[in-house]
Amino acid sequence: MKISLLKLSLSYIRRRKLNTFLNVLLLALGIATIVVLLLFSRQFEDSLTRNARGIDMVVGAKGSPLQLILSSIYHLDVPTGNISLREASRLLPNRAIRQAIPLALGDSYRGYRIVGTTPAYPALYAAELAAGNLWQQPLEAVAGAAVAAELGLRPGVTIVSDHGFSSQGDHHGDHPLTISGILAPSGTVLDRLILTGIPTIWKVHEEGGSEAGSDHDHEPVGDAAVALTLPKTDFHYAPADSGRDITSLLIRYSAPMAAATLPRLINARTPFQSASPAFETARLYNLLGVGVEALQAFGIILIVTAALSIFIALYNALKERRYDLAMMRSLGASRAKLGWHVMLEGLLLSLGGALGGLLLGHLAVEMLGSWLSEARQINLSGTVWLAEEVWLLLLAAGIGIISALLPAIQAYRSDISGILAER
Amino acid sequence: MIHLENIRHQYNGQTVLDLPHFACAVGEHWLILGNSGSGKTTLLHIIAGLLSPAEGSVHIAEAELTAMSGTACDRFRGRHIGIVFQQLHLLPTLTVGENLLIAPYLAGLPQERERVAEVLQSLEIADKIHAYPHQLSYGQRQRVAIARAVINNPRLILADEPTSALDDRHCQQVLELLLAQAQRHQATLVIATHDRRLKDRFEKQILL
Repeated sequence: MKISLLKLSLSYIRRRKLNTFLNVLLLALGIATIVVLLLFSRQFEDSLTRNARGIDMVVGAKGSPLQLILSSIYHLDVPTGNISLREASRLLPNRAIRQAIPLALGDSYRGYRIVGTTPAYPALYAAELAAGNLWQQPLEAVAGAAVAAELGLRPGVTIVSDHGFSSQGDHHGDHPLTISGILAPSGTVLDRLILTGIPTIWKVHEEGGSEAGSDHDHEPVGDAAVALTLPKTDFHYAPADSGRDITSLLIRYSAPMAAATLPRLINARTPFQSASPAFETARLYNLLGVGVEALQAFGIILIVTAALSIFIALYNALKERRYDLAMMRSLGASRAKLGWHVMLEGLLLSLGGALGGLLLGHLAVEMLGSWLSEARQINLSGTVWLAEEVWLLLLAAGIGIISALLPAIQAYRSDISGILAER
Repeated sequence: MIHLENIRHQYNGQTVLDLPHFACAVGEHWLILGNSGSGKTTLLHIIAGLLSPAEGSVHIAEAELTAMSGTACDRFRGRHIGIVFQQLHLLPTLTVGENLLIAPYLAGLPQERERVAEVLQSLEIADKIHAYPHQLSYGQRQRVAIARAVINNPRLILADEPTSALDDRHCQQVLELLLAQAQRHQATLVIATHDRRLKDRFEKQILL
């Protein structure tokens, strides 16, 4: 139990327990607010760009372009409607389009969305299989890593899908899906999706009771010789299905120049609308920006209040402590040492608050991430640490130094003889 | 040990101390007598280097305090001068043991637990080492303050009004303790007081 400046400063901090608690809490709340914002916007941004990688444009039914992007890329909103396969096959030969991935949306299983698509879709995110294989037949499906883990799905298990995106919808009880494989975690939307072929979606949605008719329709599908292929895709379908609908197309341009002409062409000449992920997500940031800035201002107000509160605490404490400080001088402490002694208290308080704030912020983000399903969709996690947080620590240290500066200077300057002579 | 020459000090333009010459040898015990406001405390602070006189020179042992920088003077005082104030000024956040250890720490000397035990033992408060000041009686706290003043083996012990708040019995006790500790550490002892009860015990006195 040797004495040191740190121990000395701590002993005074411990003496004012309630006050210390209040100061540390204030600063921690301010820092936590900033941490939550940092983590949220960074992960949100990362998630948005990661999931939109390789997609230059989305084509779907007319409506809100933001809604089209949210539903087709991020699987957050409801789709704008359907587009016909026939019209799509007329658009896709356009030279500006290099690749297209068709999507058929609208079903879910216990809250997880089922996406009818082609193998090009998991390939877009470089997803790998953790078990089993991709779907080969209609009514086979592949589960994303998080879906499989949370619902305990394995290859061979059958599931009954729900119409719509909540489990309150109609059940497609007469067409259960069989899980053929599980995807490895990819950190993208795939983790929380169930993928299947587009014919599965069609089959599940066929009007009930037409078992015989559908058998008749689908018998020739296996015959590759007569199957049609949607241009620029790996989607093969029976001629009998060419009148059916899909939900949207994820498009990749053959050259960046296409961005100038293709969207206008689609919006003017076809019954579809086109939406650019880059443009729509920028719009989304702008919308969110107002809220983020308001919260940021709130966090900064909290931090400034904390700084003021630490200053007042040290300043008031100094009045009671002038005798202690004078006594320390008479025992041989230099002026500078007393200054440091008070400064160290400010630093200890502010760093305590900053560390508390970092922990609190990460805890809050982790809890948000596991409670809100919308947050789950962007893989919000409190275990990610950012380089900016080092700046927050430095900021807190700066606050400690600034709020302790005046009290420290007073301690440095105190007239010890005058104080010790007081009766 | 102490050699003062032409000391003069003012507060707000009023001369509070005018001492042409004062000297005392190693191991002597001195009493500075005077009424309130006669400049006793000022003189004691000047000897301790807590206060720099407006004029004059202060030599303690071989060192000239009036020629030292502030930090050097603080360090010299911490290592060689032990002071007991009337207000004891024990640090309330530290235990008795820690209140003693802070003296070598602030003076830049090694912190020795055995030395703490030894000093507390000689003042018969060894069992209070883990107590906080507010848990002690005034008499016990005064012993702690004396212990803190002598722990660094000072060559000079200064005491400012150590007895004026005490009844006759305690006055005698404190005086015995101070004399015994000065003897034990072979230190020079200077007591500033207006307490006439101490007069008969000191051969060497100055009256301000």
